[in-house]
Amino acid sequence: MITEALQERETYLNASYGIKSWLLTKDHKRIALLYLHTITFFFFLGGIFATLIRLELLTPKGTLVSADTYSKLFTLHGVIMVFFFLIPSIPATLGNFFLPMMIGAKDLAFPRINLLSWYLLVIGGCFALYAMLAGGVDTGWTFYVPYSSNYSNTYVIATGLGIFIAGFSSILTGLNFIVTVHRMRAPGMTWFRLPLFVWSNYATALIQVLGTPVIAITLVLLICERTLHIGIFDPSRGGDPVLFQHLFWFYSHPAVYIMVLPGLGVISELVSVFAKKPVFGYKVVAFSSVAIAVLGFLVWGHHMFVSGQSVYAGLVFSFLSYFVAIPSAIKVFNWTATLHGGSISYATPMLYAFGFIGLFTVGGLTGLFVACLGVDVHVHDTYFVIAHFHYIMVGGTIMAYLGGLHYWWPKMSGRMYPEGWAKLSALVIYLGFNLTFFPQFILGYLGMPRRYWNYPEEFQVLHVMSTAGASVLAVGYLMPLIYFMWSLRYGPIAGPNPWGATGLEWRTSSPPPAHNFDETPVVTTEAYDYAALAAMEEAKVG
Amino acid sequence: MQEHVDSIKTYTVIFVSLLILTGATTLVATIDLGPLNIVMALLIAVVKMLLVALYFMHLRHSTVLTKVVVGGGMLWLGILLVFSLADFVSRGWLPVPGK
Amino acid sequence: MDSHIELPELQEQFETPEQQREVSTLGMWIFLVTEIMFFGGLFMAYTIYRRAFAGAFGLASNTMDVWLGAANTAVLICSSFTMVLAVRAAKIGSRKALIVFLILTILFGSVFLGIKAFEWNTKFVEHHVPGPTFHLEGASAGDQGPAQIFFSLYFTMTGLHALHMIIGEGLMLFLLWEAYAGRYSPSYYTPVDIGGLYWHFVDIIWIFLFPLLYLIARHQH
Repeated sequence: MITEALQERETYLNASYGIKSWLLTKDHKRIALLYLHTITFFFFLGGIFATLIRLELLTPKGTLVSADTYSKLFTLHGVIMVFFFLIPSIPATLGNFFLPMMIGAKDLAFPRINLLSWYLLVIGGCFALYAMLAGGVDTGWTFYVPYSSNYSNTYVIATGLGIFIAGFSSILTGLNFIVTVHRMRAPGMTWFRLPLFVWSNYATALIQVLGTPVIAITLVLLICERTLHIGIFDPSRGGDPVLFQHLFWFYSHPAVYIMVLPGLGVISELVSVFAKKPVFGYKVVAFSSVAIAVLGFLVWGHHMFVSGQSVYAGLVFSFLSYFVAIPSAIKVFNWTATLHGGSISYATPMLYAFGFIGLFTVGGLTGLFVACLGVDVHVHDTYFVIAHFHYIMVGGTIMAYLGGLHYWWPKMSGRMYPEGWAKLSALVIYLGFNLTFFPQFILGYLGMPRRYWNYPEEFQVLHVMSTAGASVLAVGYLMPLIYFMWSLRYGPIAGPNPWGATGLEWRTSSPPPAHNFDETPVVTTEAYDYAALAAMEEAKVG
Repeated sequence: MQEHVDSIKTYTVIFVSLLILTGATTLVATIDLGPLNIVMALLIAVVKMLLVALYFMHLRHSTVLTKVVVGGGMLWLGILLVFSLADFVSRGWLPVPGK
Repeated sequence: MDSHIELPELQEQFETPEQQREVSTLGMWIFLVTEIMFFGGLFMAYTIYRRAFAGAFGLASNTMDVWLGAANTAVLICSSFTMVLAVRAAKIGSRKALIVFLILTILFGSVFLGIKAFEWNTKFVEHHVPGPTFHLEGASAGDQGPAQIFFSLYFTMTGLHALHMIIGEGLMLFLLWEAYAGRYSPSYYTPVDIGGLYWHFVDIIWIFLFPLLYLIARHQH
């Protein structure tokens, strides 16, 4: 009976059939699923490289691979995770799917450009895969010159091209989101009624549009240098390798905010729904997203404290780096205030949110450590930095991504995932994560350099702990892969609003119809107005 | 949204101005103004850019949002240039060996 | 369904042609901002290196043909003039004028690219291409390296600009084709409008490239 009703109802999933209807779709929801498949593939591929790295580091001497191969492992791990998983992740999947729905629009402003964005990610990914299979690249994901331009014998150009093309995917997504949020909100959906997830993706889009072109031109110059030997980074002709670093980090620092800001947006949504309370200090949180985007562009030199950059520039960048922590901290305080006095549910998405808040705080605080010039001189290029950014990217972004995926899964698929298994995997991930990365803070503080394939004996215990944690983490990540797929066929059918949430996306069916809403919504309530939602439900029943 | 249609006369005036400014910048470059040469060159280029943007690209009649977008772009280029220059300009200010 | 107006050119996600027009224009302006940052990286590299190697850059810049560069600048300005007249023609519904002005824009653009190709060829002949065959007469041995950096910036900046010109020519040909087919009218000429924005932007880039590449230390002559 229920199954028949489901089959009769037209959703975006069954509106048309066949591979062409997916590969030539203009529907933002289908494009989101195309992205979901792509980034999941790259996530596990990047994870394979992480596994190989951690296996090698079980022993102090080289065992599994040569030093040159090890360089390729960490380079490919970084390149794949940063450019082909983290940067697209939340915006291209959850953002693409839900941003138009959250603002009451039928689709993004430029649906065909949205599809093009996906193709660009795939094509860029193909270049990166080619580089990987043909022999790899060993420069580190940072491609510093003159090694990458003059000395490396690996597939720098192919990788660079892949990142260049994927960069345009990111730029076009950002462009699409900015125009959509400005010009396609439903009647009554004012800026300050927008869900905070929209604010976060909007702020992220600003970074994508303003920052990515700079790494694009940097890669062009690198490729020109490598193929035509034009001399622009060649020290023997007066070229300055630090110039490359300025150009590279001008994008790559804001890029880390591209990677974490959407996650912050997801957490705002989760904390509100699972405490059944509006987010405390909505406007401040909204402005904080934009503040992070703007301030994030003013601090890139903190990656260059020991590069030969002037001490005065270092001072300025260090000083400004403390400021960029403030809006992030404000968000953490506001989430905490939201939880206070709320009616808290411990559903899986909320577990991920709790994990995020703790781990992101650790990552953010250790960011302050490295922002300090004096401290960074000692911990730069050590495992301390690696631990810092993995706490943000994995403890932060990936947790937020999984939390969001669980939260919106019923809406996207019309099915619920198995709650018991989901809670278990959240726990496994949390424990595995901490066992993997906390020892790395200690390792780094004690002097273990990053990108080294061997190390002094006394570090082995910590490395073994880290590798043990990584194996637990791997299991934790495989579990959702399995049960999400299981749920598509056997999961309980989900209703339109299983969580009692307030966003517009919850007012339409699960899965939604192809055109999102049967009638363009007219918005009359503020964001996270649970009272209004309850009144509306009562009116429906009565 | 442009309801007004600019006249051919307006466009012609801007066009001729751009040509004159091109000639001006070429001639000014032949005079030794020391450090002011680059300032003059950039100043004239900026004026030409404004003429093209405001009149040919109709920025004059565009929405506030469009103007903010363009201003933002220029500001961001400024951030890239200024912060990078801050490094190169201040090298050697501190009497630290090797810096 | 709702207030969706049925018009052949109105895409599904929009409510009105007005919204579609505004959205397209905003989208193009944001794209141009990304182009500002894209070229911006080159301008930044130029700024740093010119400051460091003012002498060598001056010597290198003096090998450029100022009059050819100025003429080319004028050609591009002419193309911007005909472009904005083309947009105006589309806005008032003059199909013939639109076609004429688009053709003129394409012609001016081609002249620009032709002169550029000639200039590049001159550089190749004079051994001013960075690399093992490079030699700048009149410059000291110590200046040869930095002079190569000038030329690497010259070739990448004008090359990237020329690539954008070629894409622009392609866009203009597309607009010409559509204009010929009668696709544009006062109620729908958005592609011409945003094509014009792109073209003018590429012109603005050249407005900066000309003084920065051709007019360094010209007062010594």
